[in-house]
This record gives sequence, structure tokens and C-alpha cells, in this order.
Amino acid sequence: MIVAEQKPIEDIMGYLEGHTRILLLGCHGCVTICSAGGQKEVDLLAGMIELARKRKGQEVSITRMTLERQCDPEFLQEEMLGRVKDHDVILSMACGVGVQLVAEHVQTGIRVYPAVDTLFMGGVDQKGQWSERCQGCGDCKLPLTGGICPVTRCSKSLLNGPCGGSRDGKCEVNPDIPCGWQMIIDRLEATGCLDQYEKIIEPADWSKARDGGPRKYIRPDMV
Amino acid sequence: MSQTKSNLERVLKAGKFAVTAEAGPPRGARPEVVREKAKILKGSVDACNVTDNQTSVVRMCSLAACTILQEEGIDAVMQMVCRDRNRIAAQSDILGAASLGISNLLCLTGDHQVFGDHPQSKNVFDLDSIQLVKIAAEMRDKARFAGGKDIDGPPEMFVGAAANPFADPFKIQVPRLAKKVAAGAQFIQTQCIFNLDKFKEFMKGVRDRGLHEKTFILAGITPLKSAGMAQYMATNVAGMDVPEDVIARMKGVAKDKQKEEGIRIAVETIQKLKKIDGVRGVHIMAIEWEEAVPEIVKQARLQEPAKKAK
Repeated sequence: MIVAEQKPIEDIMGYLEGHTRILLLGCHGCVTICSAGGQKEVDLLAGMIELARKRKGQEVSITRMTLERQCDPEFLQEEMLGRVKDHDVILSMACGVGVQLVAEHVQTGIRVYPAVDTLFMGGVDQKGQWSERCQGCGDCKLPLTGGICPVTRCSKSLLNGPCGGSRDGKCEVNPDIPCGWQMIIDRLEATGCLDQYEKIIEPADWSKARDGGPRKYIRPDMV
Repeated sequence: MSQTKSNLERVLKAGKFAVTAEAGPPRGARPEVVREKAKILKGSVDACNVTDNQTSVVRMCSLAACTILQEEGIDAVMQMVCRDRNRIAAQSDILGAASLGISNLLCLTGDHQVFGDHPQSKNVFDLDSIQLVKIAAEMRDKARFAGGKDIDGPPEMFVGAAANPFADPFKIQVPRLAKKVAAGAQFIQTQCIFNLDKFKEFMKGVRDRGLHEKTFILAGITPLKSAGMAQYMATNVAGMDVPEDVIARMKGVAKDKQKEEGIRIAVETIQKLKKIDGVRGVHIMAIEWEEAVPEIVKQARLQEPAKKAK
């Protein structure tokens, strides 16, 4: 999933300065699962905004709405667009993708602001904790590295083994980060393919990653 | 492959026990700082490394400082890390260095930028050190860029890499060295050695695979300046192994005698390293203490008439 965290309330109040009719949009996708921007968080944030405005003696009217997915125009059409004209700002609690698609589909010149910072593509470690697993490099290395991604899990994205800073299974950058290459070596050994380590992995083709410019993917059979 | 103009390569191939040192470039644009270091080291070393923004702190670039060393008559080893340059910049710098007469290249991963004075910067790591070794060797041997196009005037570089016998996972350190040798590393500089037992275990693994006959291994030496430095390195420097007995020995002498003790430990370590089959020289990293190098070289009798190393 895409993992996000809510922006500081001070930042959000800054975006809303001078606006009274707010459309607060949650998303039932990834941000619901990581508890950053689902219906529950929409209600919590609406309450915080109302309280902050009340303290300042300022008026506010918030429409709360949570869409199926903000990253898909199918769910942005009538439901949301029909309500937009009654508001002077949209605050989206979706990931950066959702915020941008909402802005693209709103034709009225209304401002759209994000309420969360989009962090990474990751998985759940335990309740309330997520960690990054994939950088979307477009050229998956997992078959070569025991199913553990060196691009993501190694702080230096090294493809041919650990740097000299791996110690007791920890990364030199921070003891809270496990050394990605220690994990890869352990997995290769456990699965009986440690000899695979000695094959030199050639430089990556980063043109398939973001370095090649913003990417597009077309499935001719679906278009 | 042909012989380059590298003095280090010539010395190693002649079977002499090689001595290299390290000069950290200044945090400014004054060339005389490099010239001063060159004057201290000249006559004591066969070649001198210039670090490449080590610990991710901005310094004069290695290429420029290497050029100054060469002007002072010292064979320079240009260190190049993968942190700050992509394959375009790396190859461009190799061509530039070769054009200025630099003949040795040490390919390194590079410390992560969080350790330095610009922790907000973006890192590159387009390549890793093994890929960089392979590219540099193929630029020379095949006159070909990484992208496949021909080079008009290939760079004649003696190409090396680093090994850290004290990093984890230990079982992968010999295979990792094998990878570097397969990629084209002609010489290897190791992390500084304080734990001789572990280094011997590493070298046995190296010999078992015959790697010592395919590359020249230079054992890393760092003279300790003080007991505090020993303690700091043991606990705060990633990939460093300073055993308790070494720290205790430094603590056991008066503060004003600790520098001498550090040099004594370095000299004793060199004597022991010379007896290890497969060690073809030493690389002395006297951190911001270049004056220690001539003293160590003298006490360890390293620049006396050639002794035949195995």
C-alpha cells in the first residue's frame, strides 16, 4: 500500500486561511488501511479544524466525504463534482496521487490542498508501524536477491553486496534500519542459493525508473 | 593488460612490499595544504591516496588534490565514491584524471551522506563499487564506455577497490572480494586492522580461493593518536573493529606518550602483517596526522632495499 501520515495541523490551518466552506475528502484506498485519510480520519480532522476556528471566533463549514478511490476518475465524477460548487476549497486526505487527480478533475478554479504527506510503498510491520518495501524502479531485482529488494532495503541501493558499514545485522545509517544485504545473504543461504551471490549484477537500467521521466503504462487489451 | 604509468603498479609487480598513505584534502581551496602533506610523505610512500569527500564532508575534490600531489612528485591514487556521481560523471572524471597523469583509481561505495555536513542532500548510487571497478577496467582494456560506445584514447588506470574483513556478514567478505577481483580490481586496500586474528582468518579464506595471486592486497593501518580515539573508533565508526586489549594498551600509558604508543602498535602490526602470506603491502591511514607516516615507515624499515614479498 501507499503509506501516508497526516500533515501538522498548523500547516493545514495555514492552507485553509481565509476559506470558510471546506470540502474535506477522504479515500477508502491505501490511506484508510494505514489510518491516515479514511472516513475516521476525515471526522477527526474536521473536528480539529472546527475547534481551531471556534477558538479564533472564525466561521467554518465542512462537508465530509470519503470516496472509494481518489486515484480513479471513475469515483471522482458525479459524487464529488456535484458538491464542489458549494465550497471554496478542497482538502484531500488521499495520497499525492489522489490529490493530483482531484485537482485535475475540478474545473472550477477551486484550490485543492493535501492534508497528508505521502511517505512510501510499504507493508505493515505491526499495528501502527509500516516500513518501505518497494521503490517502483520498474526492473524488479527480487529474483536475484532472495526476494528482498536491495534498491529499497539497502540505504545505498547497492546491487552487489553490503558496504563496509554493515554491523550485527544493522545498517550504518541508523541502528533501527536492518542491513538489507545481511537479510539478503541470510535468505540466500536459507534457501540454498548463496552461490548466487557471486554473480555480478550489472548496473541497473534506471531509465525504467523515475529517472526516465514520469512514467506511463498502457495495456492495449484494456484501452 | 598493459602496464600503466602507475608507480604503485610497478612497485607491486616488482615484488616489493608496497607502502601507500592517505592524504585528506582541505576544506578550502588552498593548494599549499596539499603541497605540505606531499612534502611530509614524499620519500616514505610508493603512492598516496586522496580521499573523496570522506565521511560525506565537503572537501577539495580528489582529482584536483591528486594533480597537486603528482606535481609534487608523488604517485596519486584517486579515490572515487559512488555516492556523488552517476556513471556519466564517474567516467568523465576517470578520463579527466587520466589526462592529467593520474594512474591509480580506487573505487569505493562511499559513506552515506547522513554522516556528513549536508545530510539533506540526495545521494546518487547509480553504480556500486563493483560496477565502478568493472567499468573502469573495461574503459581501459576494451576502450569502451559503459554505454557501449568506443573511447578515443582510453584511460590507463591501475584499478583498485577496498575490502573490510571486519564488516558483517563475515562469511560474505571473501566472496565479496572475489567479486571485486572478477570485476577487475588489481589491488585491494583493507579497512584498518587492529584485530589481527580476524584478519588472519580472512586472509586464510582469501588464500584458499587463490585470490591473493590475482590481486595485490594492501593491509590497512591506522596509528592511534590517543586512547580516546581508540575508544571512539571502537564504538562510533561503522565497520571498525578495535579490540579491548588495544584500547587498554593505549589507556595504560600517560596521555603525552599515547601518540608514541599508537605508532608503536602500528609498527608492531606491520611486522606481523608482513609475515602473512598474501599481504603485499600496507596502506597507512594516519587521519589528519600525516607526520606519523614517515615515522612508522622508518621504524618498520619499510623503505629499505627491497625485500622479496611472497
